[in-house]
Amino acid sequence: MTQLNFQGPFEVAGSGLMTFIRYLGDFFLFVRSYFLWNFRPPWRWALTFKQMEFIGIYSLPIIVLTATFSGMVFGLQIGYAFRAFNAESMVGSTVGLALTREIGPVFASLMVAARAGSAMAAEIGSMKVTEQLDAMSTMAVNPIQYLVVPRVTAGVLVVPLLSIVYIAVGILGAYVVSIYMLHIPDVYFIQKLEYYVDPSDVMGGVVKAAVFGFLLALISCYCGYRTEGGAEGVGRSTTKAVVVSSVTILVTDYFLTSWILEFF
Amino acid sequence: MIQLINIRKSFNGNQVLKGVNLHIPKGKVTVILGPSGCGKSVLMKHMIGLLVPDEGRVQVDGVDIHRLDDARLNKFRKKFGMLFQSAALFDSLTVGENVAFPLVEHASFSKRAIDDRVQECLALVGLQNIVHKMPSELSGGMRKRVGLARAIALQPEIILYDEPTTGLDPLMTDAINHLIIDTQKKLSVTSVVISHDIEGTFEVAHKVAVLHEGVIVAEGSSRDITGSSHPFVQKFLSKRS
Repeated sequence: MTQLNFQGPFEVAGSGLMTFIRYLGDFFLFVRSYFLWNFRPPWRWALTFKQMEFIGIYSLPIIVLTATFSGMVFGLQIGYAFRAFNAESMVGSTVGLALTREIGPVFASLMVAARAGSAMAAEIGSMKVTEQLDAMSTMAVNPIQYLVVPRVTAGVLVVPLLSIVYIAVGILGAYVVSIYMLHIPDVYFIQKLEYYVDPSDVMGGVVKAAVFGFLLALISCYCGYRTEGGAEGVGRSTTKAVVVSSVTILVTDYFLTSWILEFF
Repeated sequence: MIQLINIRKSFNGNQVLKGVNLHIPKGKVTVILGPSGCGKSVLMKHMIGLLVPDEGRVQVDGVDIHRLDDARLNKFRKKFGMLFQSAALFDSLTVGENVAFPLVEHASFSKRAIDDRVQECLALVGLQNIVHKMPSELSGGMRKRVGLARAIALQPEIILYDEPTTGLDPLMTDAINHLIIDTQKKLSVTSVVISHDIEGTFEVAHKVAVLHEGVIVAEGSSRDITGSSHPFVQKFLSKRS
């Protein structure tokens, strides 16, 4: 007689929790390994610059495009909403604060996760399934030091720069919409922007972007590094890299923002 | 000399190696023979520290390699060269860059000396004028030969060959077998070959070990193996063409 094997809700939840804890433990071992190899010579500057070019220069078009339109739509929405209270003069400051503190670093990081994070996971993942990582190890070259460290360092350095570009272009987009479509006097837009947006707001955004750059590069490399099962596995890792990086960026953003607002 | 002592390894509850004991002599060609999926590649990966045994020890020249920390193991691996079953060439690098990779990483040669060494290694495996080609432009046999050129670039003391002739035509199989013999003679290295090719094994091996169901069931010279009374060895050898 066939015996049916049912799992109760507690068993399902327990098994899920165990998998999550195992996954988290493995990730922290990977992070530990990253930090150990990060501070050991040789320093791979050429590979780091190559990754900075890949993440930074090649992400620039998509960053400029998305920043322009998100700035424009944000300016438009805020402009129409504020017109109801005769507060159109506050569009510049509202857009400026939102872009510097939140939208710039978060959206720039999400764009980089989608474009560069997925590529990192796919590249490292396909190297894993074709034994190229093992081959590298047998040649006494640690794959974490050779592949992961340059990518994470590049992420930390370049994502803040991309978020500054995002902020600047986004504000420009909102300015164009405010001045030429909503007919708000440009002196109001610029005056209020200067008055309300402090350098510390930009600094907070840049710090956040550096943290997001670190996380997205590390998570993407980790997903690639743990790829199993051929081409299908590479596809799974790539998807996982983008999803986990994006969710982590959004969740971390809340905690970082609370911390920045509390202490700075 | 490599000494495998009671190596046991399981994956997801499936025990692949069930206590492997094997002595691999220095300066000789040792072939580990066995059917597909019996754990030969897993055993080889233990020899170079890519896998850690659940139980047992791997000693290379008296050093227990699994007791070394990451950095020391990394340095220790300079003794080894490994040819992978799929060649595992870096597909973003040219043939020349692939062969030069260990030299750039570990040898303090000038660019010119590295180029000369790359040409020398490629000549040893019978390949020339392909340094600028990408791995995707090469045939399976050529990829394996480039993999071998890369494995010998740093003049290692030990070369591990993971199924070097699998998937190759008879002529290329013969060429690779001769390459293993020539490399061993020219460089006096310790060679470990994993194979299920019986004819090729007897051609290249000084010592043969037969792996079956996670243990070594027979070992010795080619003559010892052909004369083995173990039922699996007899059955396996009877399948040769």
